Amino acid sequence: MNFNLQRFVAIVLKEFIQMRRDRLTFGMMVGIPMLQLVLFGYAINSNPKHLPTAVYAADNSVFSRTIVWGLRNSSYFDLTREAHGPEEIQNWLAEGKVQFAVTVPVDFSRKLLRGEKPDLLLEADATDPSAVGFAQAAVSQLATTVINRDLTGPLARLQSSAPPFNLVSHQHYNPESISQYNIVPGLMGVMLTMTMIIITGLAITRERERGTMENLLSTPVHPGEVIVGKIVPYIMVGYVQVALVLLAAKFLFDVPFIGSVPLLVALTFLFIVANLAVGITFSTIAKNQLQAVQMAFFFFLPSLLLSGYMFPFRGMPGWAQDLGECLPLTHFLRVVRGILLKGNGLAECAPDLWPIALFVVIMLAIGIKRYRQTLD
Amino acid sequence: MENSAFAIDVRGVTKKFGARTVVNNIAMQVRPGEIYGFLGPNGSGKTTFLRMLCGLLKPDAGDGHCLGLDFRRESGEIKKRVGYMTQKFSFYEDLTIEENLDFIARLYLMPQRKAAVKQSLERLGMTERRQQPAGTLSGGWKQRLALAACLIHEPQLLLLDEPTAGVDPKARRDFWEEIHKLAAEGLTFLITTHYMDEASRCNRLAYIAYGNLLARGTVAEVVKAGGLTTWEVSGENLAALADKIRKLPGVEQVVAFGTTLHVSGRDAEKLQAAVAPFMTEAQRWTKIDSGLEDVFISLMETAKDNFA
Repeated sequence: MNFNLQRFVAIVLKEFIQMRRDRLTFGMMVGIPMLQLVLFGYAINSNPKHLPTAVYAADNSVFSRTIVWGLRNSSYFDLTREAHGPEEIQNWLAEGKVQFAVTVPVDFSRKLLRGEKPDLLLEADATDPSAVGFAQAAVSQLATTVINRDLTGPLARLQSSAPPFNLVSHQHYNPESISQYNIVPGLMGVMLTMTMIIITGLAITRERERGTMENLLSTPVHPGEVIVGKIVPYIMVGYVQVALVLLAAKFLFDVPFIGSVPLLVALTFLFIVANLAVGITFSTIAKNQLQAVQMAFFFFLPSLLLSGYMFPFRGMPGWAQDLGECLPLTHFLRVVRGILLKGNGLAECAPDLWPIALFVVIMLAIGIKRYRQTLD
Repeated sequence: MENSAFAIDVRGVTKKFGARTVVNNIAMQVRPGEIYGFLGPNGSGKTTFLRMLCGLLKPDAGDGHCLGLDFRRESGEIKKRVGYMTQKFSFYEDLTIEENLDFIARLYLMPQRKAAVKQSLERLGMTERRQQPAGTLSGGWKQRLALAACLIHEPQLLLLDEPTAGVDPKARRDFWEEIHKLAAEGLTFLITTHYMDEASRCNRLAYIAYGNLLARGTVAEVVKAGGLTTWEVSGENLAALADKIRKLPGVEQVVAFGTTLHVSGRDAEKLQAAVAPFMTEAQRWTKIDSGLEDVFISLMETAKDNFA
């Protein structure tokens, strides 16, 4: 019973024909990437700007006007409302009409001029902490730089003194914190995980569910021929998805391509195989197509959440990071972002390649062991 | 290689699913070119037995040969020479007729694949419809396609699992004609069926119930071995009569056959003594030769008492 190329080709051809006929699955293979590109690429932004902000200037002075002007000029705030009392501010925050409220207290300028360091109140609707983080940081910077400009002449002594050292911070690889640079390359990994596992998961369970497996098993076909024959067509589908994302990344989202694209394409192969191996293994365990899809989601969810795609990997507790390290998506994200944004080469990627390779070996071993050549 | 004069020669074949014995110590010998019928009620283990023969299931016990090959160890070789037609249509409904045949031909590494597919289509009379998806075929045509696909690699033995279930009488008759033609060419058949008329078209048959082989031989042999005496009753109020005589000693079964009643028992004298008082003018009683169906029903009833 050795691997026969002709029988393998027979399976591949059959899979291609079925793929072409099955419009829904075919649509899913192209539709899911497109949908994810649009949603994740255009809709999701972890650094939100133009947040609705209310101002209550109880102290109508040069300084309060300067602050309001400064806020207006920062891209983070849209001064949508002007309040006439503190109650209004509370109501608007509660009703969700504004995300921020800035209150300049009555004696702001008087205290400022006396050097008493008055308070400037910034209230935020922090039900979603990630929405307010960046904006808050922007305000504190604004307060010092903007006000200093008004403190000239005899008031110059009030200018906040420079700290005893200079903090120089460089944001490497994505200086403007553009979410798309992080999300779009990562999306490649996410959609490969999703479609590859679901589609291959369905491929074998469908044979079992429709009874065609019984027929297949009664022919001299070898399990290796069936499994590899079913994987190959979907590797090609995976590359179509990769091409879609890369084109979108380059031309729609202007993601920098610093590293080598051929290297990325080559390394993606390993990741695609990893996901197909999961799908095949699931399909040998699942009794029907529904179960296969459920298992795929069971794997997809932790991949999405723990891989560092949606949330910063280092922000997770140790056990979650350990779990994340077991998932191929975690390592693939590092590879993609590393190559595209950092210009990493093979040497820098290597630490993330062997875990994926190990994963493939383990999964395929389970899959081939579980693929029953008999119906027992 | 041929160390047996039989196409199938197995004994002691046993299969358990968990604690349940589905096939119990069955022996079977089928001669080359023979049409061997395999009968038994639903769930009696026929399909399991066929699946073991073609390597789809691993038997728990038993040994023997299939086409001269060790049926437990050489299932890979056996698969190349056996055609197995599943009970449920198990070809790809989203592939066309031609694509299905071509796929199967490829799996068997047919050297003249295209010619074989073409010939098979012609034989089926489906050359014009070859581009039609298999899923759109009617039951009879699906069954013919399945038979053609089983034959494409020129097997020596065909295992057909209820090939005519859900097929209309005309298609059934055509199907059996085809089988007899193929058997004449030297092909061996093992066919499971529920139909008595089909059973009587087989050269020999075996009857299995609850995993146990209860009878085998030619139709005449099986009927004789059943040792059944049967009276046919015709006339009026048969239903009332059936109720009255069913419980009598010696009467083992009372079965309605159309407008007649078949009353059978294995002890001829006891049976006659029991029914004698009912032989009145109202109904006509005739002693007839027991049919295959009488025997099978009797076997099944007995088996139920013994094994179920």
